[in-house]
Amino acid sequence: MPSSLDQQHYETVIIGAGMAGLAAGIRLALAGKDVIILERHNASGGLNSFYSQAGRKFDVGLHAMTNYVPKGTKGTPLTKLLRQLRIPYDALDLSPQNCSRIHFPDCQLGFNNEFAFFEAEVARAFPTQIDGFLALAEEVRTLDAFNLGSMPSSARKAVQRHISDPLLEDMIFCPVMYYGSAQEHDMDYGQFAIMFRSLFFEGFARPLDGVRVIVKLLQDKYRSLGGIRKMKCGIQKIHTSGNKATTIELDSGATITADKIISTAGAVETARLCTDQPVDAESDNIGHLSFTETITVLDKQPTDFGWDDTIIFFNTAERFRYARVEDELVDPSSGVICFPNNYQYGEGRQLDEGFLRVTAMANHDKWCALNEDDYISQKSHWYDELQKVALSLLPKPKNNLNFEDHRLAKDMFTPRTVRKYTGHLNGAIYGAPNKIKDGRTHLENLYLAGTDQGFLGIVGAMLSGISMANLHVLQGD
Amino acid sequence: MTEDQVQQIVIDIINEIAPDEDTTGIKPEVNLRDQMDLDSMDFLDIVMELRKQHGIEVPEEDYPELASLKSCSDYLTPKFNAK
Repeated sequence: MPSSLDQQHYETVIIGAGMAGLAAGIRLALAGKDVIILERHNASGGLNSFYSQAGRKFDVGLHAMTNYVPKGTKGTPLTKLLRQLRIPYDALDLSPQNCSRIHFPDCQLGFNNEFAFFEAEVARAFPTQIDGFLALAEEVRTLDAFNLGSMPSSARKAVQRHISDPLLEDMIFCPVMYYGSAQEHDMDYGQFAIMFRSLFFEGFARPLDGVRVIVKLLQDKYRSLGGIRKMKCGIQKIHTSGNKATTIELDSGATITADKIISTAGAVETARLCTDQPVDAESDNIGHLSFTETITVLDKQPTDFGWDDTIIFFNTAERFRYARVEDELVDPSSGVICFPNNYQYGEGRQLDEGFLRVTAMANHDKWCALNEDDYISQKSHWYDELQKVALSLLPKPKNNLNFEDHRLAKDMFTPRTVRKYTGHLNGAIYGAPNKIKDGRTHLENLYLAGTDQGFLGIVGAMLSGISMANLHVLQGD
Repeated sequence: MTEDQVQQIVIDIINEIAPDEDTTGIKPEVNLRDQMDLDSMDFLDIVMELRKQHGIEVPEEDYPELASLKSCSDYLTPKFNAK
């Protein structure tokens, strides 16, 4: 049955109500544009979303918001994006992290939101590397991430110019890659610089109530400006004529037209919606990195167990391997442990229950090939395996507390879940390995924003939506 | 409309889009960017608000005319008075 949208025309249609789509929508609505956001699912947020199970709210995606700077800090990505969206700093309710750690065999480096602390940690553990590390930091601080000039585009090569110890190199790459690299083994040096700055020069923070605070803020702002959003409204096809997109065909069969389209569905995913492209278009640019994550709810705070860190990036193998998982469902040899409780929420403010999240790389195809019974039993198996890894890395629980005795609930998402809720091919969390930095596509009025445009993290996603809306719709309008 | 009134309109817009900037004591002859933390995205917003609030269009090639308060009023006052 054609919906009420049938035959409607909009100045701009935005595909996807994730962070990038909502931010782009706010910009266009601020400018008084006639804009609609179409979202296939019934919840906003895309990769960074939340759900309820048995009356409990769970976050997906956000461990920490990177790019944290204190209120009033000028010229940083977070400040710019708040100004562009006209959202006051305090509305994000950000609380900074306690302390995080990079945990490798026989070596650990702590870091927090003060770069001097990380610097001291590197000097302690790698006294012969500190000068090179400082030279790297200085280069990264001033690098134009979108114009590398004569610098190597391989981040590994660029870093090796300053750091000769492969252990330190891997330890720096581990968090940087886990928090945003769509490329295996290596990454673009510009992207490395963006991530390094957002993690180490800026830092981690989180709203007490998690990612839903940010999603709700964006939704409310967009709505207050008169922006229209349609949920459960998937796109079937983008019809083209010559080098222009002409009509958007919805899953319901309804068709709408638009002067311009901003798609946050992904580079390859968007190309494949277009009627002038083959169904297997751009197959060389599909991401191969997907993740699984376990969530454990505890009846005590993590600090009661003696677990005080906010995030732990770990690797237990001789060399850190950031690449697709070949033979198994999960590669438990590296990953991320996160305690959402361990932020400085302020006196008397804390999550009621304890949360432990463990993330590791996983094989999309193998998870998706399982029948329902096997899927459930493999989830249970890998949940146990990942808890074992986490417990082996964490300090021994204080007061002989037994982890199992204090568990209230558990859940787990797999690449199959990611695929279902984000539509990313291969359940590739960070999308396509080759980013489209100017957001242009083969069609002159169809643009990309979000993960595949190359900004990273949720602040990056929002900035992507903002800058693509500015560049392609508002500028010179 | 006088040049002073036009400058006040621009200051009001800056207060709205960049509430964390101090606009008291802006020197009209000095580039806004040298006195405040404004970037090209902020100038886009000044243009956007001029259109929304006052129906004034500033084509992209004229954005440099908005560099200082003085150049803003030189450029915008005739546009306001031509309305």
